[in-house]
Amino acid sequence: MLLEIRDLKKSYAEPGGGKVPILDIAEFHVDEGEQVVLRGESGGGKTTLLHLISGLVQPDSGSIRLEGVELTGFSEAKRDRIRASKMGYVFQTFNLLPAFTALENVRLAMTFARRAVDGSRAKDLLARVGLSDRMHYLPSQLSVGQQQRVSVARALVNRPKLLLADEPTANVDPANQSRIIELIQSSCLEERVALLLVTHSDEVSKRFARVEQLGQLNRAAQRPLTQDAV
Amino acid sequence: MNLFAIAIRNLMYRPLASLLTALSMALGVALVVLVLTISGVIEKSLERTSNVGYNLIIGSKGSPIQLVFNTVFFLSKPVENIPYSYYMEYLPGDGRQKEFERIGGELKDPERNGLYSFLMKGGFAIPICMGDYVDRFRCVATTPDYFEQLKHGDANDLPYTFSAGRNFVDYSEEHGFFEAVVGAEVAESLKLKLGDQVYAAHGAETGDTHSQGFTVVGILDRTGSPNDRGAFVNIEGFYLLEGHVAPDRDEESGLEKANTAVAPERESALSKVRLPIHQREVTAILLKPNGFAAIGLEKQVNKTKFAQAVSPIAQIEGLLGLFVRPLRWALLALTSLVCIVSAISILVSIYNSMNERKKDIAVMRALGASRDHITAIILLESLLIALAGGLVGWLAGHALGPLSNPWTMPATGVKIDWLSFNSTLEPLIIPGLVLIGTLAGVIPAVAAYRTPVAKSL
Repeated sequence: MLLEIRDLKKSYAEPGGGKVPILDIAEFHVDEGEQVVLRGESGGGKTTLLHLISGLVQPDSGSIRLEGVELTGFSEAKRDRIRASKMGYVFQTFNLLPAFTALENVRLAMTFARRAVDGSRAKDLLARVGLSDRMHYLPSQLSVGQQQRVSVARALVNRPKLLLADEPTANVDPANQSRIIELIQSSCLEERVALLLVTHSDEVSKRFARVEQLGQLNRAAQRPLTQDAV
Repeated sequence: MNLFAIAIRNLMYRPLASLLTALSMALGVALVVLVLTISGVIEKSLERTSNVGYNLIIGSKGSPIQLVFNTVFFLSKPVENIPYSYYMEYLPGDGRQKEFERIGGELKDPERNGLYSFLMKGGFAIPICMGDYVDRFRCVATTPDYFEQLKHGDANDLPYTFSAGRNFVDYSEEHGFFEAVVGAEVAESLKLKLGDQVYAAHGAETGDTHSQGFTVVGILDRTGSPNDRGAFVNIEGFYLLEGHVAPDRDEESGLEKANTAVAPERESALSKVRLPIHQREVTAILLKPNGFAAIGLEKQVNKTKFAQAVSPIAQIEGLLGLFVRPLRWALLALTSLVCIVSAISILVSIYNSMNERKKDIAVMRALGASRDHITAIILLESLLIALAGGLVGWLAGHALGPLSNPWTMPATGVKIDWLSFNSTLEPLIIPGLVLIGTLAGVIPAVAAYRTPVAKSL
């Protein structure tokens, strides 16, 4: 088992001083190389779950294990290192850094993983996503679809074990949507990377063998008061 | 990519803001370098000029610094005169007696040696008279010894040389007592050549001009000293000009006696008749006493009622300590303030960009960048602006110095070149820039460090 979550709880502070539970997951796991889609309504805690798994946010309680290693007890610096080396992240709005070219955006991820920058690895990945002739373009000079492909290459460059994709097709047209999902899925297969993709799209969900409904996993979402608060 | 390259990329993405803040730092550093260079030049100029080759200046009682300014730098108003007979007290050996025989006139105890002659063995005493001008330049009446005994240069070991002609002589068959030597700056400005006449004017630039001219017989090579700006005439001829005869004075009251300031009758300009000793005065005496006698002599002269002895080196050092160096520190403080204001503008510029960069910072964090990475990138950006601006300012400061040579060199005699370098203070610019660059980056770096990643993504 690659990723294993148990009794994970997260709540946010209210302005009045109280706490609003947003996630309460009893058990969830992703196997090595597995591709899982996680469905849920907007505001249902999907992004928060990805932030918890990637270590950007700490849970209130519970356990998150990656390759059998408990992550929640680690310092922020150690979580940063694990995120850089073992996880890739594809964002909803691509989030390419505007000051850097496509190639540099990919190489940045290698810099933060404290790995010797292997220029050929970054170039290979960009070529594989069909951008060999756009490597030195700035994000502003790329189309939406091309930007998303760069973000996929960036997420895979450090040979992660797990790719977290947060609504990667939310901002693209239907034609590009299927191309991007195809690209992410095929790239993960080639690189033997497990994929946890969050979406609320039926079209996207159909492409996955395993579809999980966050509403069913999340006990916090099943409480009417909490749902209102969220 | 390393953090350095990332910081450069971020700066290049905001070219105008980066350029303007770097330019403000460049301006501050350029001003600091200019202050250091120019104050260094002034100091060097004063120091080298104070090393004049004579130890003491004797003049009438009054402001010692005025005496030095007038005698050494040809600045300020001339001081009062002292009798020629007093100058003769300083002539070495039997010089006083010989001078009496050479010139004639009234002199008490003409057979004795000068009072201070025993302290002057191997040294010299050179009289100068000032107060007249040749055009806008000082007219210095002196003896040929001025260029024969005195030296110039940093080590004060270079004899005066002539780009044309020769030194003036006491008397020549061709020009009588009326020969002149002009400094390089005077010759260049007034377009003088050998054989030209220069006319001394009374008192100031606009005063009455004497009808008797002096023939230019020599043009000095440039020395980088105030002598470049002097018109030197034979003192014997100078005394014969109208109004340069000292009147007789009442011994008790010191008041001038009427109708006594009359020059002797002379048949022609080539006449060998000289102004008698008792009708002569000098403005200052340049003294080089024997060995260490200068210190004792200075004290002794300063005890007298009407004369003072001044050490030019001590006066210049005093001036440097009292005005030039404190002024330099004040200017340095002001220009350093400009650098601090520039640092604040760097701070504001980077800090203002933080809002629009929150998402970029969050993305970098999500890609695995630690808070330390982000902090280092922001600090590097601040440092790079400070250092790049500082480098441009340093180069600009050193470029402006040599560009000012056409104006500063004739005035100071010191050439500023690219390598005019203040070895004490200038090396401090780099650590100074690193310090203020880092300090300017601290607040934005802390803001970046605290960027909430999950909220900003």
